[in-house]
Formats: sequence, C-alpha cells, structure tokens
Amino acid sequence: MLSTFLAVLRRDLLLAWRGRADVLVTLAFFIIVVCLFPFGVGAEPNLLRAIAPGVLWVAALLACLLSLHRLFAQDHVDGTLEQLLLSSESAVLWVGAKVLAFWLSTGLPVVAVAPALALLLDLEQGGLPVLVLSLTLGTPTLALLGAVGAALTLGLRGGGMLLALLVLPLFVPVLIFGAGAVEAELSGTGAAAHLLLLGGGLAGALALAPWACAAALRISTE
Amino acid sequence: MTPSDRGRSLFRFAAPQVFYPLAGRLAPWFAALAAVLTLAGLWLGFFVAPTDATQGEVYRVIFIHVPAAWMSMFIYLIMAFWAAVGLVMNTRLSFIMSQALAPTGAMFCFVALWTGALWGKPTWGAYWVWDARLTSQLLLLFLYLGFIALTRAIEDPRRADRAGAIIALVGAVNVPIIYFSVQWWNTLHQGASVSLTKAPSMATTMLAGMLVMALAAWAYTIAVVLWRVRPMILERERHTEWVGALLDQESTERGGRA
Repeated sequence: MLSTFLAVLRRDLLLAWRGRADVLVTLAFFIIVVCLFPFGVGAEPNLLRAIAPGVLWVAALLACLLSLHRLFAQDHVDGTLEQLLLSSESAVLWVGAKVLAFWLSTGLPVVAVAPALALLLDLEQGGLPVLVLSLTLGTPTLALLGAVGAALTLGLRGGGMLLALLVLPLFVPVLIFGAGAVEAELSGTGAAAHLLLLGGGLAGALALAPWACAAALRISTE
Repeated sequence: MTPSDRGRSLFRFAAPQVFYPLAGRLAPWFAALAAVLTLAGLWLGFFVAPTDATQGEVYRVIFIHVPAAWMSMFIYLIMAFWAAVGLVMNTRLSFIMSQALAPTGAMFCFVALWTGALWGKPTWGAYWVWDARLTSQLLLLFLYLGFIALTRAIEDPRRADRAGAIIALVGAVNVPIIYFSVQWWNTLHQGASVSLTKAPSMATTMLAGMLVMALAAWAYTIAVVLWRVRPMILERERHTEWVGALLDQESTERGGRA
C-alpha cells in the first residue's frame, strides 16, 4: 500500500523535476502578481504594510489555481489516468500521492519565496514565521480542494475559467484564516486560533477531498 | 417488480414516465397558488402592515428580501439532497430535479442581494457593506453559478449529472464553513456597526406578510421546477417509446385542431 503511494509520488516528482520550467513559471507568476500591487495601489509603505498579508495570500491562491490544471491533464491525455483507475490499488491512495507531489512541486516553492516577497511589501519581521506557517498549512488545503475541481473539469472546453468559478468560493475560508493569522499576530492577539482552524481545515480536507476527487475522476473518465 | 407493485409504491414517481404527466398536472395549481399568495402577501405587506417606527416605509422591502434569502438557502439544500439521492440510488430524475432547481436558487439569491442593496442605500448609506450575511449570500450565488456552469459545460448528460452532484455536495459541506468563517472575518475586522440581527420586535401583520410571501416563494419554486423538469425529461428520454408515443399523440392533436 505504502509502496504504491511512494511510487506515484516519486513518479510525479520526477516528472515535475524534468519539467522544471512549469514550476518556475508558477513561481514567476506568484512574484509578478505580488509586484503588481504597489503599481496598482501606490507605493505608500504604510498601505503596503497593511495589505501585505492579504496580497501574499491572494497571490499564492491564484498561483495554486493556475497550476491546478496540470494536476491530471497530462495523465488524462496520455492514458495514464485510465490505467491508474483500472488498477486494483485504491484510487484514494494514488490521488493523495499525486496531490502531495503537486503541492511539493508548486506549493512548497511559493511558501519558500513568500518571506522574501513579504520584505518587498515591508511586512514586519515578526509576522514572517506566522506567514510561512499559515501558507504551509493553507496551501495543501487549497491543493486538495482544487484537485476535486480539476478532476471534475478534466478535458472540458473552457475548463480553466470553469475551474476558477468552481473552486474560488471554496477557497474563501482558507484565505480568511490564512491572511487573518498574520494580521492577528501583528496586531498582538496571537495567531494560534487562526492556525488551529487552518490545521483543522487541512485535516478535514485530507479526510474528505481524496474520496471526492477519486469519485470525480471516475465520472470524468468513464 | 410487477406493475401492480409499482402502482402502489410512492417510488413509482421516480420513473420519468410517471412523473412527466404528474408534473404537468401539478404545475398550474402551484402557479395559481403562488399568484394568490403573492397578491395576498404584497397586499398585507404594502397596505396592511404598519410603517416601521425607525426605518419608515423603506423597511417594506423585507417582504420580498427575506423570503428570497430564505428560499435561496433552502433551494441549495434541496439541490444537494437530490444530488445525493441521485448518486446513491442512481435515479435519473433526481439529477434532473437538482439541475432544474439551480436557476431558481440563483435567481432568488440575486433578488435577495439586489433588494438588500436597495434597502441598504437609504438605511446604511451604502449599497454594499462587507457584512457577514451579505458576503456569504454572494458566495452562495457563486456556488450556484459554478454548479450551473459545470452542468452546462459537460455535453454527456450522464457525466454532467454526476459531476454536478459532486460539486453540489462539496458546496453543501462548505456552506456552513464559509458562513462561519465569513462571520468571524467580519467580526475581527469591524465592530457591530451594522447589525441585521437587532431587529425590533415585529408587528404580527409584518410577520404574517413575510410568512405568506415565503409560502408564495415555495409555491413559485415548485411550479417553476415542475415546468422546467418536463422538457428536460423529454430531452433525456427522447429515445424511449413512451416519449415517441407522447409526441405522436400531441402532433396528431395539433394537426386535428389546425
């Protein structure tokens, strides 16, 4: 059972490594979106400091959204997905492995770059650990929820926009608690409650999303 | 199952063939009921109910606003219920029902937001505030639009049914999470400068008007959904014998009249 999980994980990570350009494009998108905000709202440091947590979180969320289509599209086109669904292994298992590989190859780089970008927006140093922690807890939840949407819109025309419409309302709670954690830490109330709720959300998504995703993949490929 | 068994069980209405004429017979009755209740409710609300002491005449929008908001939430639950029934029991009619409900739910959602904005401008001084209730209602509208867009984008009806059912269920699980997170986000950001819950005790005629309008919204929803289900059934079942026979019968009737 574990060997299946590890095999799929290793394969997807290897594919991500061979196609490094895609990962770098996601990262570049994240950085550029964050850099657009000072042009849009003005370079006033106090304003930028105030909106920094929200901007970083929205940018991370959009970066995740725009890379979601890669999660199953390639395997769908070359038939790997059908083979995986036909195999006797539990679909929940390899779906979980694929989502984990997806997060490691797109979510983790975003989390790693976020503190550097926070400095561009002059976010106070005290907020950085909480920012990293909230992104570490929140982006896997986004990947899990997004995987259900990606599975449902597999191979549809206009799938990208549809995927956004489907999953963005579901992302709202994660965004609220993620950006809220940093703001709570900076305002002195402490981020523990927000982080606990993000962790709870991750546990809930981990328990439910792979099943929904596996069911959605069966529907989309039959 | 023998024909006599099917005749007795309530489940026989799950067959599109049985439900199609039943929907046709029931829809006009519910439409008439909706019309009568709407007229009665509006009369109660606009002419009988007293003017509100603090808000004046503008409060009268609640006779449309509150029933629409209730209905938009109920319809999502009913939609998710039919989606779940469809996935578990594999009944075609359940999926058709959930898809027929969605546009009405989205419409009520929009009506609630729109009338709320019209009420908000004179009362709060703004068409929109990021209040918890307003925001969760807006997100509910997005969930409806996502469901409708997904079911319309998939050409194969079998896949559209199931994919729509999954997103309806995922949405139903998320609705309470969204509601509470938005409520908390709002209370974290701003104090209770605007409170919808602090309503003054309501005159009985006001409450009566609102309840009658809520019943009218129910009757309207049932009528519209029954009407919307009928062509959807015909489209899905167009290859079956009973639809062929029905269409032949209708065309000969029309030919006889002409």
